[in-house]
Amino acid sequence: MATLRELAKEDLFLSSGHRMCAGCVAPVVVRMMSMAARGRNVVVGNATGCLEVATTIYPYTAWKCSWIHNAFENAAATISGVEAAYKALKRKGKVEDDYKFIAFGGDGGTYDIGLQSLSGAMERGHDIVYVCYDNGAYMNTGIQRSGATPKFADTTTSPAGKVVPGKTQWRKDLTAIMVAHNIPYAAQVAPSHWRDFVTKAEKAIDVDGPAFINALAPCPRGWRYDTADGIEMCRLAVDTCIWPLYEVENGVWKLTYKPKEKRPVADFLKAQGRFRHLTDDMIQEFQEQVDRDWEALLKRCGEA
Amino acid sequence: MAQKVAITGNEAVALAMKQINPDVVAAYPITPQTEIVQIFSTYVSNGLVDTEFVTVESEHSAMSASVGAAAAGARAMTATSANGLALMWEVVYIAASNRLPIVMPVVNRALSGPINIHCDHSDAMGARDSGWIQLWSENTQEAYDNMIQAVRIAEHPQVQLPVMVCLDGFIISHAMENAEVLPDEVVREFIGEYVPQKTLLDKEHPVTAGPLAFTDSYFEFKRAQAEAMLQAKPHILEVAREFAKISGRQYGLFEAYKLEDAEIGIVVLGSTAGTAKNVVDKLRAQGVKAGLLKLRVFRPFPAEELAAALGHLKALAVMDRADSFNAFSGPLYAETAAAMYDSGAQTKMVNYIYGLGGRDVGLDDIEKVYGHLARIAESGKVDQRLNYLGVRE
Repeated sequence: MATLRELAKEDLFLSSGHRMCAGCVAPVVVRMMSMAARGRNVVVGNATGCLEVATTIYPYTAWKCSWIHNAFENAAATISGVEAAYKALKRKGKVEDDYKFIAFGGDGGTYDIGLQSLSGAMERGHDIVYVCYDNGAYMNTGIQRSGATPKFADTTTSPAGKVVPGKTQWRKDLTAIMVAHNIPYAAQVAPSHWRDFVTKAEKAIDVDGPAFINALAPCPRGWRYDTADGIEMCRLAVDTCIWPLYEVENGVWKLTYKPKEKRPVADFLKAQGRFRHLTDDMIQEFQEQVDRDWEALLKRCGEA
Repeated sequence: MAQKVAITGNEAVALAMKQINPDVVAAYPITPQTEIVQIFSTYVSNGLVDTEFVTVESEHSAMSASVGAAAAGARAMTATSANGLALMWEVVYIAASNRLPIVMPVVNRALSGPINIHCDHSDAMGARDSGWIQLWSENTQEAYDNMIQAVRIAEHPQVQLPVMVCLDGFIISHAMENAEVLPDEVVREFIGEYVPQKTLLDKEHPVTAGPLAFTDSYFEFKRAQAEAMLQAKPHILEVAREFAKISGRQYGLFEAYKLEDAEIGIVVLGSTAGTAKNVVDKLRAQGVKAGLLKLRVFRPFPAEELAAALGHLKALAVMDRADSFNAFSGPLYAETAAAMYDSGAQTKMVNYIYGLGGRDVGLDDIEKVYGHLARIAESGKVDQRLNYLGVRE
C-alpha cells in the first residue's frame, strides 16, 4: 500500500474547507474512506448529522463526488435506492461507468433512528458500504446520549448529577448486530491505525454485496479533549481495548490489531471531560466490562 | 388496438406499472394496496419488466429508496395506503422539495385509529400540503388512465413534481369492472424515454442533492416549488389532450356532470361520484335541476375553474371523505369555500363528512344531501354548515 503521505495527495472526494469543528475526527474517517476508494467513481449518501450540515451549506458543497442527503434515519434506504437505480440503468445501457456507493451516518443516525433502514438494506444485499462514524452521542443537536454512548458518560440527556452518574447503560454492540445479518464484510476501524483502516475500507468497497464499517470518530466538544488530540483519543480507545480493531469476513472473525500491552481504561477515561466525574469504583466497573468484552472477542477471533 | 377487459383497480394499476416499466419500484405491503405489489412482483419474477424491485422493510424506506433512485436518474415508483403513507410522511415532503418525478398510487384507506382497512380519504388528505400533485379516480378506468398520464405530468420539464394517483380502497381497488387498456407499445410511446435533468450517476457533473438550506435560501427553494405547482395546470391539461388522442378518453381538472343548468350540486372525489351521478339522473327525471362536480386534480387546486363551474348554483354541498377535526369543516369544503368566496359567488354552501372507515354511501344517502340542498335553495338560508352523513349520532 501507498504511504499515508501519498494517499493524502489523492483526489479525495471530501475537499478541505468544509465546516466541521477543529479536532473533529469524522472528516478524517471520510477522507480515509476516500483514500480507499481512490480511482473509483463514488456516490455518497449521508444521514442528517454533523457531517451533512457542515459540508453542504447551500450554495456551497465540500463534496467533489455526487452526494445525496435525504433525512436522518434513512441514509441506508436512500443509498439502496441509488444502487438499485444504477443496476437498472446499467442493465439498460443508460449508464456505462462503474460506481461504488458509500453511506455515512453518525451513531445516532445508525445505532438508533436509522437501525431499521440499515438492517433492511443489509438484509436485501445491496452492493453498498455503510460507514458509521461513531462519536458516541448526538453531537449535532448538542451532545445527547445515544445507543452508542459509553456507560457513565456525561451528556446533555444523561447529565452526571448528584443521584445519576451520567449514562446508566452499556453501549449497543452494533458491529455484532451487523455481523448477524450475515453480510460478506463488517469491520471496526479507528483513524489512528490508518493502514488497518484503509485496508479494511478497500475490502468493504470491493466486496460483492453489503459491507459495514464502524469507525471511531472522537468529538472534541462532546468528549471534551484538546482539539489536537483526536487521533490520540482513537489510539487510547484501541490500546485500552475499548474499541478493538477487527473484521468479520464471510462470518470469520479476525482480530486485526492486538495491543502489545493492554492499557488500563482509566487512560482513556481520564483524558476526557465527559468522564471527569467517575469514581474509582466506576472506573473499576468499566474496566471489568471491557475485560469481559475483550475476552469474548478474543474467543470469537480464535485468539484465546 | 385498445382492449376491453374485466379488471380490478389494483390489477389495472399494476398493469399500468408493467406497461410503464419503471427502472425502480420500492414497495411494502399494506392493505388494500398489497395486491399492486404482489402482481408487480410476478412481472418481475417472470421477466416481464426490466425493473429493479426493492422489497423494502417499511414505507418510510420505500419512499426513501424512491428518492435515492429518482435522484440517480431512474423512473421510480412506489405504492401505498393509509398508515403506510403516514409513515412515509417525512420523506414525501422531501421528494417534492427535491423535485423528483416519482409516481405513487395511493389506494385510499382510513388512517388509524381505530385501525380500519376500508376506504376513506384521510390518508391522501393528510398529504395534501406535501407538494405532490394529486390525481383522483372515480373507477378502474380512471385509475389506469391517471397512472399513465401521471408519468408524463411528473416528468414534464416545467413541472418536475411527484404525483399521487388516488383510488378508493376496495371500492375501486378490489372491484372488478370493465375497462379499456392500451397496448404496451402505445403506452411506451406515450410516456417516452425518461431523460433526467440531473443525476447522481454522471461523474462529469457531480451533484450535491439535498443540502442544508438556511434562512438565506430555504424560502427561495420553497417559492420555486410553489411556482411549479402554480404552473402545473396547463401541463396537466396538455398531457390530458395528448392522452385523449391515444385513448379517446377526455380528462380535465374535473368533470362537470349535468352542472351547466343546475341549481343545486355537489362536489365529490373518487368513487362516490359514480353513485351520485345515478342520483342526479333520478332527480333530473323528476325535474330537479341537480348536477355534480367530480374533482380529478386536487393538487394543484383549480380554484378559479371550480368557482367558475359552481358559481351559478343556488346551493352546493361539498362532500369530504375525511375530517379535519378543526371544528369547522373537512378539507375539500374549506378550499372550495375559499375559491367560491374569492370569486364573489353567492352560492349557499354546506359540508358533508361521509363514508369514514368505509361506511357505505348509498343512493338514499346522496338523495338526502340533494334534499337538503333543495331546501336551502328554496329558503336561501343555510341551517347547518357542517353535516355528518350516515353516522349514528
